[in-house]
Amino acid sequence: MICPSRFISFVFALVSLLFASGAGAQLTIEIIGGGGTTIPVAIVPFAGEATYPYPLTEIVGADLNRSGLFKLIDASGVNPRPVRAEEVRAGDWTARGADAVVVGNATPQSDGRVEIRFYLVDVVKQQQLAAFSYVVTPQQFRATAHQIADVIYEKLTGDRGVFSTRIAYITKQGPRYQLLVADADGYNPQSIVSSNEPLLSPAWSPDGSRIAYVSLENRKPVIYVQSVTTGARTLLANFRGSNSAPNWAPNGRELAVTLTRDGGSHIYLIGADGSGVQRIVNSSGIDTEANFSPDGKSILFTSDRGGSPQIYRYTLGTGNVERMTFEGNYNVSPRHLPDGRGFIFVRRDGGRFNLAIEDFASRQVQVLTQGELDESPSIAPNGKLILYASENGGRGILAAVSSDGRVKQRLTAAASDVREPAWGPLTK
Amino acid sequence: MSAIHLRSHLWAGLAVAALLAGCQQNPPAEKSATVEERNVTAGQTTQPSTGTTSSGATGTTAQGNPLRDPRSILSKRSVFFDFDSYAVKDDFKPLIDAHGKYLQGNRTAKMTIQGNCDERGSREYNIALGQRRADAVKRMMMLDGATDQQIETVSFGKEKPRNSGHDEGAWAENRRDDIVYAGE
Repeated sequence: MICPSRFISFVFALVSLLFASGAGAQLTIEIIGGGGTTIPVAIVPFAGEATYPYPLTEIVGADLNRSGLFKLIDASGVNPRPVRAEEVRAGDWTARGADAVVVGNATPQSDGRVEIRFYLVDVVKQQQLAAFSYVVTPQQFRATAHQIADVIYEKLTGDRGVFSTRIAYITKQGPRYQLLVADADGYNPQSIVSSNEPLLSPAWSPDGSRIAYVSLENRKPVIYVQSVTTGARTLLANFRGSNSAPNWAPNGRELAVTLTRDGGSHIYLIGADGSGVQRIVNSSGIDTEANFSPDGKSILFTSDRGGSPQIYRYTLGTGNVERMTFEGNYNVSPRHLPDGRGFIFVRRDGGRFNLAIEDFASRQVQVLTQGELDESPSIAPNGKLILYASENGGRGILAAVSSDGRVKQRLTAAASDVREPAWGPLTK
Repeated sequence: MSAIHLRSHLWAGLAVAALLAGCQQNPPAEKSATVEERNVTAGQTTQPSTGTTSSGATGTTAQGNPLRDPRSILSKRSVFFDFDSYAVKDDFKPLIDAHGKYLQGNRTAKMTIQGNCDERGSREYNIALGQRRADAVKRMMMLDGATDQQIETVSFGKEKPRNSGHDEGAWAENRRDDIVYAGE
């Protein structure tokens, strides 16, 4: 008799959705190391913002501070408090050591919404760098604060800000596993999947609407794709054997996955709807952990074809395979940098597992972390910060390190093991 | 998604599930069925047979299921491995041969071999390593006469450790294949 397992999975998807609640899983982010040059910036509380229960400029300041690239200058006691660019007296601020000042105001509208205007002023060159206006509901203040922080970050560093992005991660609390999605600062955690069996390897679709992940609920690894907005779940790969390591192609139409249906762990391309399975890399060894290049033309993957797990690059057009790592006997979990110039990976040295970065052109490797069991790296879409799983006192935590190794953060959730971070894409 | 909308989907889903009920002997998503719980099945074995009946590798008797008879090697279900290795150690060959021959003698019997790893290293690479451990044992059973269709190999990587400790003793317990027959 034919038993469409898809339907059964569908039922379980709905059951698990009933548990949607991120309570107790919120991440707390602390900065545990910084360094290098920081940009001194003063953020003046916006006129009128204290009327609302959402601390707008506090959120902006926390975002900038967490990035490790800014030094917040005390803005209290400047009289009169400037709320528009032309009211900023450069001398007041250069005397305090600030290079840039953020001022603004929040004005209620007749429909209950609020107009938020902000200005970013370079007080050294004495010029306005940005002026924006947003009309939002008070409930949107947190999102607006992240957008303001993104503008400031981009104007002052030249790189895209990622404060408005989201992150996914997996928690384990007792026997319960949850796949959660939260704002990049750890707020608003939402449970996407909840299960009594392990969940792993979440991977965002390039447009941020779906997450592919591996679940062991069927007593074997099976890959699902779940909508972040509706929660609707579809089965991506449930072939004989194990199905794991999903990674989206930049076009969002197909994924690279590891299947064992033909014997051994090998890499296949599969349509995002589960159609058109096609094996792409050939070897008699293990091939897994495929990761698409930003241009979609090549794939980094882990293989033990040479005797130990090492990272290789497969070019889709030509089928050419090239070994990328040579030092040590355990180099795994490659992730392309968004600028395509290199990759992050995990290497074992002695008994320790640490993140390292390799530059494609020079082939130089720099070790970035110093933990015992650092794993599962996920790179911010601007390439500046890498989230990864680590442990502290026997508990799984997340940590972040800047791609130059200087800025370090620790992210913990109360009473849960946290693991498997996946940084979502830039919002439009 | 609103609660009402979700509930209507749930009813539809449950209706489908009801239609399908009974078509599978072994529901794939049965959450309570875990490998670890199999260890308690020793207490559920049928009455030990007296004297003459064999509980050897290929022997099935009316009185007892050798898969559950604690005196039968077939009741032993775990194969352990060295660090970073999928080579089957000699100690486990009798156990593997017994199961291989059982499958040869019982063509309707099917099993899953679940590969496992210790907690060190990449989760996904460990899935592949556990798969290879399961495949290594399957290959030996096929040399004993089992067929490809009788054995599915899967891997839990480091996701389902039997021992949650963080020392070599725990790791050694977790580098393991478990043999689970269909219906168990």
